[in-house]
Amino acid sequence: MFRQTVSRASGAARKGMGMMSRRGMASDAPKEELMETGLYDFHVKHGAKMVPFAGFSMPLSYGSVGQIAAHNHVRNSVGLFDVGHMVQSFIRGPSAPAFLEWITPSGFASLPHFSSQLSVILNDRGGIIDDNVICRHDDTTYYVVTNAGRRVEDLAWLKEKIEQWNESRADKVEMEVLENQGLVALQGPEAPSVLQKLTPYDLTQLHFGKSTYADIAGVRCHVARGGYTGEDGFEISIPKEHTVSITETLLQGPVQMTGLGARDSLRLEAGMCLYGHDLNEDISPIEAALAWVIPKSRREKGEFIGSGTVLEQLKDGPIKRRVGLIIDDAPAREGAEIFSDTQEPIGVVTSGIPSPTLGKNIAMGYVKSGFHKKGTSVLVQVRNKTRKATITPMPFVPTKYYRSPGA
Amino acid sequence: MSLFRASFVARRVLRAPRAFPARSWAVRTLTTKKYTTAHEWIIYDDATSTGTTGITDYAQSSLGDVVFVELPAPGSELLAGEPLGAVESVKAASDIYSPVSGTVEEVNEILASEPGLLNKSPEERGWLARIKMSNPAEMDELLTEEAYKAHCENEEH
Repeated sequence: MFRQTVSRASGAARKGMGMMSRRGMASDAPKEELMETGLYDFHVKHGAKMVPFAGFSMPLSYGSVGQIAAHNHVRNSVGLFDVGHMVQSFIRGPSAPAFLEWITPSGFASLPHFSSQLSVILNDRGGIIDDNVICRHDDTTYYVVTNAGRRVEDLAWLKEKIEQWNESRADKVEMEVLENQGLVALQGPEAPSVLQKLTPYDLTQLHFGKSTYADIAGVRCHVARGGYTGEDGFEISIPKEHTVSITETLLQGPVQMTGLGARDSLRLEAGMCLYGHDLNEDISPIEAALAWVIPKSRREKGEFIGSGTVLEQLKDGPIKRRVGLIIDDAPAREGAEIFSDTQEPIGVVTSGIPSPTLGKNIAMGYVKSGFHKKGTSVLVQVRNKTRKATITPMPFVPTKYYRSPGA
Repeated sequence: MSLFRASFVARRVLRAPRAFPARSWAVRTLTTKKYTTAHEWIIYDDATSTGTTGITDYAQSSLGDVVFVELPAPGSELLAGEPLGAVESVKAASDIYSPVSGTVEEVNEILASEPGLLNKSPEERGWLARIKMSNPAEMDELLTEEAYKAHCENEEH
């Protein structure tokens, strides 16, 4: 077939689109080795094209709805995603905030209750083991969501660090992984009106970055306002025995099930990273343009794993930086090389798509510091031709979060 | 109803030229459609030694919404199996390889402004390029429709 250079920004796409060169794939990745979320049968019933992603069999798309139609539906109306493959856990204990401030560079001791923080787990070299969202429920209880594709690495690292932490102290921490807990994301401008019909909780009180426990169709769920699309929306964590029924209840009115294909194009338009593509263990949060996850109070003393590198880069600047790009001519995909306008190699694209919302070719990637300023003209090589590109601030599509008036 | 009848009548009228000697008719219009394992099709017209090529319906449905098509400049010389261009959906870029050797005579310019034609009409209006073939015998190497169908069924499994 014609060989495909798939947007590897989506591992789903990479494997799912194997279609054309898929011979033998079924035996490479037998279905019985893949994990399933509690919604697997639900997806199949709704006509999903299931593909391997992060060790799970996950929906790429549903029925005959194309990626662009699905993408636009989330931007203009509301879509529902199964994100139950992600790892949900609690980290608890009197020293939990201090522990989290050791394994990440973020601030948790002063985070208001039921507020979330995007953060990163760093290795000793300041490289990102995973990005995650951590929500403080109370002074000793933190709800953590990490990537499915990093499940093994994260859990091994956390186990080791928890043992190390607890070794010499009385105020220990513990971790509970919520196995088989459901997690769905309701995303898009119509998400609040859909969800409000199903809960007595006044959602106008729940701003971006906040979460709460609320009854949805009579079942107590954890509802966090935010998501991975740049739109207003909610991530709803559901007890496993109710995941199917709550999802069925949410799938009403304008709501459409939405797969990994649209999820990838939506997150890239919103300028959000996909671990394994835009982030890895050799990239620091400073290089990844995630310095904003490190509050000022933590930038002097450090005292977190990997702080040596991070503080040094904060002081002297990193050698490379994550940037957004708009490419004039053809879409640039992961791996496309970036050159200066004098043909000097300066970096590489890590995710790229033709943006359904903008009709432009957008990408993110890393370039040498100095070439990272917005408006800088660079060249990107696609199929042996260099194409003009411009460093562009992200998000590419403005986010539409429901922010509190003061924020 | 009336539309159906009209087309039925039209088809019958078109069939009338069968009255001409079969041989001369065939010489002027003999075309052969073949396929590649890479999901391209090519129709060869032996009167002009020209092949018109594109991607199959199976390919377009696997790709999803096509949003960008890159084609070679007319005049480009290609060997069979060399890159002819690329077709891109949001999720993926797919290289297209020339099924035959020859010189690109013409590309389908409409695809630049209407790439979705590849989804709507992949084997007709969404053709990609016309190639003046340097070695028409290459057509014999390609798959027949039956062989191609079998190939697609194999890939499904």
